[in-house]
Amino acid sequence: MTLVYPVQSLAAHPPRLSPAYKSTVKRSPSKPLIPMRHTLSELTGPVYGHETVRANDHDLTVHGKGEPIGERIIVHGHVLDEDGRGVPNALVELWQANSCGRYVHVVDQHPAPLDPNFTGAGRAQSDAQGYYRFVTIKPGAYPWGNHHNAWRPAHIHFSVFGHSFVSRLVTQMYFPGDPLFPFDPIFNSVTDKKARNRMISSFDLENTKPDWALCYRFNIVLRGRNATPMENR
Amino acid sequence: MPENKPDGITPSQTVGPYFAYGLTPNGKYDWNDAFNNNLVTSDTSGERIRVEGTVFDGDGVPVPDCMLEIWQADTQGRFSDPQDKRALPNTSLKGFGRIGTDAKGGYAFDTIKPGVVPDPDGKPQAPHIVLAVFARGMLLHNYSRIYFDGEAANASDPVLALVPAERRSTLIATRQPGGGNAVYRFDVHLQGDNETVFFDV
Ligand SMILES: [Fe+3]
Repeated sequence: MTLVYPVQSLAAHPPRLSPAYKSTVKRSPSKPLIPMRHTLSELTGPVYGHETVRANDHDLTVHGKGEPIGERIIVHGHVLDEDGRGVPNALVELWQANSCGRYVHVVDQHPAPLDPNFTGAGRAQSDAQGYYRFVTIKPGAYPWGNHHNAWRPAHIHFSVFGHSFVSRLVTQMYFPGDPLFPFDPIFNSVTDKKARNRMISSFDLENTKPDWALCYRFNIVLRGRNATPMENR
Repeated sequence: MPENKPDGITPSQTVGPYFAYGLTPNGKYDWNDAFNNNLVTSDTSGERIRVEGTVFDGDGVPVPDCMLEIWQADTQGRFSDPQDKRALPNTSLKGFGRIGTDAKGGYAFDTIKPGVVPDPDGKPQAPHIVLAVFARGMLLHNYSRIYFDGEAANASDPVLALVPAERRSTLIATRQPGGGNAVYRFDVHLQGDNETVFFDV
């Protein structure tokens, strides 16, 4: 399979300068990016398999001595390419706040409790069909200093490796119906509504485990198309 | 499998300020490293080098919450990826590294000088490392390339040739004086007069 990575697909991404998110003002390029053809250096990418992901890395509720506090959830979905094919053996890393909206990070001094049984870091590898699955705790919203009364909608950070270094993606997964959506400049940095909605997971009743955990589905679409698309598509 | 063909890719979002304990724990957090900043394994052949520098924002202030990832070929110019259909590398070099900047915006990678990789026309490119820069305040990572000063091949590199001459030096790591393994300095300026060249790939 030979893949191509059209730069047009990048239009879904937020602009690097997005002044409502204040930290972009001094950290975004002021000069135009330089277009170039993809060479082997861009078209290949790191391959990390089972040796990188340990047995329980995908279950963030069993990393402590006891059970973490909060709402246990399953987050699952497929890593896909732009043609809808599963991306097999993709390394998926995630990190998130605990149910109170607090991160295990020295910089996070939000006055909300840490949970001794929850670190909020996980890893999984997609299977042959691109399917991945995590068990975790629903993260809380948290305040940040961007503007007065700024709160991030509840989110889980995802980092994904696809088929090449140019399909690398770091994104955030949101939860359906969050009342903070209209006020969050990071979520709204993605200007196209359809693209923005691709960052919102869907509630998955069918895969919710009775008496145990709600389930959310989050498909992650990476760059990459078949180099020779079928004629009659 | 999902039934519908996706209507586009998933948009990028910033890594934010709190990525370290998930992506670059480096012994500071209770989580194991998937990657670190040392790419060299005991059987890796090639010239050992260190690439180090500081990341600066548009005010020239060091960026302490930045993450850098590098991807490179081995000393013979081959990638540790089955998509590189040429002969397999003769070392266990995986070619990928990741590091978060320290409190002063500094970073370093220990690796080997990569070999020559062909461009799409089969012409040789000068030795280079592909760089991806992530940070709080960056909604999408930036791609750049690290070249090495003193390489005659830089003069004919097809990618450097796309860059205005006055900006090329931002892509060339400078060899530091001293004995032992070669140390190259490569500072990253996210914005401003001395802004590092970033590529639209
Ligand atoms: Fe966050």
